[in-house]
Amino acid sequence: MYRAHVLVCGGTGCTSSHSGELIDALNENIKLKGLEEEVQVVRTGCFGLCALGPIMIVYPEGCFYSEVKVEDIPEIVEEHLLKGRIVKRLLYSETVTEEAVKPLNETNFYKKQHRVALRNCGVINPENIEEYIAYDGYRGLAKALTEMTPDEVIQTVIDSGLRGRGGGGFPTGKKWSFTAANKADQKYVVCNADEGDPGAFMDRSVLEGDPHCLVEAMTICGYATGATEGYVYVRAEYPIAVERLQKAIDDAREYGLLGKNIFNSGFDFDLFIRLGAGAFVCGEETALMTSIEGNRGEPRPRPPYPAVKGLFGKPTTENNVETFANIPQIILHGAEFFNSMGTETSKGTKVFALGGKINNTGLVEVPMGTTLREIVEDIGGGIPNGKKFKAAQTGGPSGGCLPADLLDIKIDYDNLVAKGAMMGSGGLIVMDEDDCMVDIAKFFLEFTVDESCGKCTPCRVGTRRLLEILEKITSGKGTMEDLDRMEKLCNYIKENSLCGLGQTAPNPVLSTYQRFKDEYIAHVVDKKCPAGVCKDLVSFSIDKDKCIGCGICAKNCPVEAITRTDYIAPGHKLASFTIDTDKCVKCGVCIGNCKPKAINK
Amino acid sequence: MKSLEELLAIKEKAQAQLAARDSDGNDGIRVVVGMATCGIAAGARPVLKSLVDEIAKRNVQHVSVTQTGCIGMCQYEPIVEVFEPGKEKVTYVQMTAEKAAKVVSEHLVNGKPVVEYTVGAVTK
Repeated sequence: MYRAHVLVCGGTGCTSSHSGELIDALNENIKLKGLEEEVQVVRTGCFGLCALGPIMIVYPEGCFYSEVKVEDIPEIVEEHLLKGRIVKRLLYSETVTEEAVKPLNETNFYKKQHRVALRNCGVINPENIEEYIAYDGYRGLAKALTEMTPDEVIQTVIDSGLRGRGGGGFPTGKKWSFTAANKADQKYVVCNADEGDPGAFMDRSVLEGDPHCLVEAMTICGYATGATEGYVYVRAEYPIAVERLQKAIDDAREYGLLGKNIFNSGFDFDLFIRLGAGAFVCGEETALMTSIEGNRGEPRPRPPYPAVKGLFGKPTTENNVETFANIPQIILHGAEFFNSMGTETSKGTKVFALGGKINNTGLVEVPMGTTLREIVEDIGGGIPNGKKFKAAQTGGPSGGCLPADLLDIKIDYDNLVAKGAMMGSGGLIVMDEDDCMVDIAKFFLEFTVDESCGKCTPCRVGTRRLLEILEKITSGKGTMEDLDRMEKLCNYIKENSLCGLGQTAPNPVLSTYQRFKDEYIAHVVDKKCPAGVCKDLVSFSIDKDKCIGCGICAKNCPVEAITRTDYIAPGHKLASFTIDTDKCVKCGVCIGNCKPKAINK
Repeated sequence: MKSLEELLAIKEKAQAQLAARDSDGNDGIRVVVGMATCGIAAGARPVLKSLVDEIAKRNVQHVSVTQTGCIGMCQYEPIVEVFEPGKEKVTYVQMTAEKAAKVVSEHLVNGKPVVEYTVGAVTK
């Protein structure tokens, strides 16, 4: 037994800020001090507070060290692990109080969160099946197989009110019942782990931090729907997730939690991983299954729905990672445990990947019905540099934006749709006053144009033409007629595309146009970009009376567009500078370097 | 895996290993070992080891073992202090691995401090 446990985040975020090196350094220093039999170092999944990575927690004290560097490790081992003196300077500032160390759960970032899908992330070693079992792992499966009929399992999921977390929001229990109702010699369970929205990483975190949870949930789903095989379709860009999931599957087989006659119930189930090459369209359920079958990832018309004719032409249940991650808890604790959280139509919790202009970038899980303001201001810690909140984009390239006057909206499936946005998979990108909404719409559209599979014309050609209109607007050549054409084209693409990708691709344009029409009009009529983002519409100039003549801007200008004039402003000693707008490439380097803030755009 | 009992047996075994992660700070008993130079020189390490092993062996719940620096009575090291919420702290001095095992079984398990090892008894 170890008296102390050092949990180091091994999620992708912290791994890329060198948490692996921290673990090596910890083990080395612990050995040096002869503590290797007393202190255990554990690589966990994501803690959620990615902005402060790499992160580690030392138990039993529960000390939360943030932004730890390899150079800090000898001090942590010497002071904390050997002598029992907490290294205060490395503690997450919010946990430091006068008398004691504040538990992490009481900090603003974690206080309002409620972790169901992420309950084990950052708590257990994801590569150790026994740690998962210690935290009630596989008990849901045991209960389902030994005490419940498949119908009872489905009824529990229906009663829980769980809806698909991948974006669509279709009731999960109902989906299962459709597959269960179809008789076939072979059925399948498929997990959609092809997380493609820019900025979304909740599925990756579940796979990395709690892979057994997915194995358990898919097995339960197999039992409920009568499937004996499952496939996890995960993108190859998630190497850590793939590795840990494979280990989880191997271990589950070894413990007899996958395979023949699980829990002596006569039920057989096995699970396989299929790697995706990262095409956005493969997150669409029919395209995903086509890709698993070994064909080019393209969608096909529905119906027939997967519950009737899915993978290899057999009835198939397909759910997203986060949806599955809720299942073991629902089965173990009952439907009421889950439907007591959330709003009338959206039960339970939702994980959001908080990104963009926000202080606490990371993963948060909150009950449905939490307001956008609570997520942005309380949990997210607000906007950096005292800037003003402008809008939040939910649902990535399929979603829409929520402007500042909707900050108090209670977030659930139906409220978001009513406001022209959507839940999506849970990406939440915060924008401040420096972001141009037309440019944002263009960014998402560039993404969908790139990712369009090309099978249907409205999406392949329509999104391309739409992007061209947006490019015209942001370069100052747009007209009012273009805006009308843009809107018409958006609606045409929505109505005529084959799959979800095309049907939702115009959403960012429509939603920003609806909420920020004045910005579009400023681009078209005044030929100005109010946020100063669209390069063709901004020009840089120096306020000659504010300029102190230091010349730092001229020194840093890559195209030598800044020269000294012979004008000396009253009260200044040196002559001011000016920008030759013909030479200027609008890179913005001068603004960042100007101390007296004399440069305008 | 053939039965729920089999699963629960693994769960219990694994849970005991992870007990340290559940004690989020203040609730439960804290056992603190003086591990400054003086403590270590006087043999605090085997004492700490013995405490940890004994707690694991007897599967004592809600107890955390941590270490601290020198509390100033170097001649009485190794010193072990037991903090129980709502009770006076108990200070054991001149500890050994065997004494530590007894403290776990008598004090932590049965709730009866081992008076003859306490600072009050030894300094008399």
